[in-house]
Amino acid sequence: MSKYTPHTGQDIDVMLREIGLNTVSELFQDIPDELKVKGDLKLNIPDGLSEMETLRLFKDIASKNKVYCSIFRGAGAYNHYIPSSVNNITSRAEFLTTYTPYQAEISQGVLQSIFDFQTMMCELTGLDVSNACVYDGATAAAEACKMTLDKKKDHIYVSSAINPQVLQVIRTYLHPLDIEVRMVPVIDGKTDLEYLSYALNENTACFYMEQLNFYGLIENAKDFGAVCQDRKIKFILGFNPIAAALLPSASECKADIAVGEGQPLGLPLSFGGPYLGIMTCTSALMRKLPGRIVGETVDTHGKRAFVLTLQAREQHIKREKSTSSICSNEALCAMRAAVYLSTVGTRGLEQVAQQCLNRAHYLADQLCTIKGIRMRFHGEFFHEFVTVSDVSASRILEICDEHQILAGYPVGENEILWCATEMNSKADIDYLVKCIKDALK
Amino acid sequence: MKLLYELSKEGRNSFQLPTDGIKDYTLCEKRTSHVRLPDVAEIDLHRYYQALSKRVHCIESGFYPLGSCTMKYNPKINDVVASLPGFAEIHPLQDLSTVKGAVEVYELLNRGLCEVTGMDAMSFQPAAGAHGEFTALLAIRAYHHHHSDFARTKVIIPDSAHGTNPASAVMAGFEVVSIPSTPEGFVDIEALKKVVGKDTAALMLTNPNTLGKFEKGIKEITNIIHEHGGLVYYDGANLNAVMGIVRPGDMGFDIVHLNLHKTFSTPHGGGGPGSGPIGCKKILVPFLPKTELPYRCGTEEQFDSVGKVRSFHGNFLVSLRALVYMITLGGKGLRNASEMAVLNANYLYKKLAPLYGETADTICMHEFIVSAESINKEIGVRAIDIAKGMMDKGVHPPTIYFPLIVKEAMMFEPTETESLDTLNEVAEKMKEIIGEAYADPQALHDAPKSTPIGRADEVMAARNLILRYRFH
Repeated sequence: MSKYTPHTGQDIDVMLREIGLNTVSELFQDIPDELKVKGDLKLNIPDGLSEMETLRLFKDIASKNKVYCSIFRGAGAYNHYIPSSVNNITSRAEFLTTYTPYQAEISQGVLQSIFDFQTMMCELTGLDVSNACVYDGATAAAEACKMTLDKKKDHIYVSSAINPQVLQVIRTYLHPLDIEVRMVPVIDGKTDLEYLSYALNENTACFYMEQLNFYGLIENAKDFGAVCQDRKIKFILGFNPIAAALLPSASECKADIAVGEGQPLGLPLSFGGPYLGIMTCTSALMRKLPGRIVGETVDTHGKRAFVLTLQAREQHIKREKSTSSICSNEALCAMRAAVYLSTVGTRGLEQVAQQCLNRAHYLADQLCTIKGIRMRFHGEFFHEFVTVSDVSASRILEICDEHQILAGYPVGENEILWCATEMNSKADIDYLVKCIKDALK
Repeated sequence: MKLLYELSKEGRNSFQLPTDGIKDYTLCEKRTSHVRLPDVAEIDLHRYYQALSKRVHCIESGFYPLGSCTMKYNPKINDVVASLPGFAEIHPLQDLSTVKGAVEVYELLNRGLCEVTGMDAMSFQPAAGAHGEFTALLAIRAYHHHHSDFARTKVIIPDSAHGTNPASAVMAGFEVVSIPSTPEGFVDIEALKKVVGKDTAALMLTNPNTLGKFEKGIKEITNIIHEHGGLVYYDGANLNAVMGIVRPGDMGFDIVHLNLHKTFSTPHGGGGPGSGPIGCKKILVPFLPKTELPYRCGTEEQFDSVGKVRSFHGNFLVSLRALVYMITLGGKGLRNASEMAVLNANYLYKKLAPLYGETADTICMHEFIVSAESINKEIGVRAIDIAKGMMDKGVHPPTIYFPLIVKEAMMFEPTETESLDTLNEVAEKMKEIIGEAYADPQALHDAPKSTPIGRADEVMAARNLILRYRFH
């Protein structure tokens, strides 16, 4: 008997006899001998540890990572409060140890929770349809761009102010399809509307921008949506699900598709994953939406039931003709998001968003009281902003690190992208500013 | 059952954040309507999810032989480790000097998985199996282009393959050439020889194949592709059959993807998150996705990377769980897991085959297929009816109607974590079901009866689309 295999020696004998074999190795008789691994597989890592030793080893490894007391860094991964209910509910074995709900009759719990999630995503964006999620925000953006392609299109436009990681993923996804990714320049940290309106043409598939751009600035997404609508170009808007509580919705901005990174909704930072790709779109584009979609129907007794629907879009039916190859997604993360949103509710989400806004503005004001630090851009920002300093960014990062503070993300020699959320108390912000002031004296 | 939205009543929610006197900032422009979210008391939220949880079959509620999905037990220690603050609370953009532990996790996993697969380096960015396929095909494309070989536009895929294979190939810019399989699901070597050529970029294969049989002529197949200048891709969906027994690298494969959520016991989470790392031979290392983490010491630099396939470094906490599993089992334990998986499959096959009018005279690997075709011809009971009947007995159905080349296919993958007693019970239940089917076929058409809902009307769901809750 070995770990997690319940077979006793006697069991094995009984089973082999039933099969008509004498030894376990005979089970592998179809494998040519010359290909087989000789002797035991050596992994060259700690091997066959007991549970106690394993935990000890990993506690030791975990201690080599620095967990900061206060975090002022975002840039695509945000430190938000995770209510206790989120971990409690999503660690139930029923949700944790089941798979894609192919068999509706014994998967109603998962299907219904996805249906809840879809409703909430439609509410955040104001758009008609949501899928059950994709891998992360970046792949959601890339998949969205792919949805807008047809034979006549040979390029897309994206704002130069989007998250660089998202841009890289979009490039990776479109490169093999020979679709060019063209950039719309930035003026004072914000996307150049006039440039876009001249640039769009009949071969443009879509324009992608982020409502909160990489520099934290709030783009006038409505104006871009109007231009795209006027020119009949698909408009894809990247949104932040916390900011969505307060900012004009994707639908108000005339977006055809809205995508976002769902990590702020109850997912820990966890070194970048697992995260959650949110995708919603108008009914017109629904059949191009990749991934699972849950629909409501009835059972044989006329009772409400939920099933995976519109499956004719998907790889297991359409194979090479499907819009995407996605199969496994981030279902448990979507459930975390749904539980998070249900825990905070409408007012709670607005409270979180408002506090992000308030604290970021307080942080900006306070940082700018330090001699030699000023704002890089002039536009309105949400919970992130860029400062430029006389001293190098690395010097400021170093000062913060010494005080167990993770400073903003360096985006230039002297530029830092700061972030504040509901997690950064006034005392934390004051302490941060004091540490920098003292060190630069 | 009511939706959470239908339990909502304004004013019930009591969520609160602390305030500390920072003044309100007023936005220039706000949305015109509130985001409507459920407004429920915390206890009612928990009762709602408790009720949902009772309407799910999971590994811990009973046997779950979903073929190709490797629904093995998910050890708790994996989750305990993944919840350590040193892993769960680190920012992906922290300075490398502050995340040495995370880099070590990837280093260990890279080393271990290279040994398991016989590859030289891994990339952990792909978030799931299909994502790994896509990424690996991009690397293959970049490899050919790097050698100024732009004519290799085609990927050969057997018709017994998973649907993700052709879909990923097209996403990566290739044309798919489908080749027929023999009735056992083996590659039809003559058919392969006819289509392979200067335009072949790669062959995608899973071994053991989707019928649960080991492709004996694998070396000949990989040689044929290599002789014609193509590369061979290993779909790791079925790796659970051969860990420590035979390695894709030794069979002649150049690049593989693994499903850590299957083979390496990380929870499936109702559909994800998974983790679909890819491993490759030296020649392909330069083309792997870009990474900022120095965990692949000693391997060549990525001078011609395919780029990034997702943000940051991949599904870290899933990869971490897989490493915990690998370390608790070790090389011996992994081999034992595969041996017991294959033993379980063969035992159950022996028990079930006669019920379907088949003789279990060949050996299968970790999964097997039985066909309900003859039962269907005789009494009009289909695979789906048997599947629904299984639910009434508390057993999750196998994968049905896949692979496409077998009519009325039922693909069972018991996995190694099931005991002899469980298999015997299940075999007994299957016997009852088939017996009942012959006695009264209609009863199975009407199944399931004891589940939270009866058969769901999928046609109506697709015709009358209701994809979100509508407020009244």
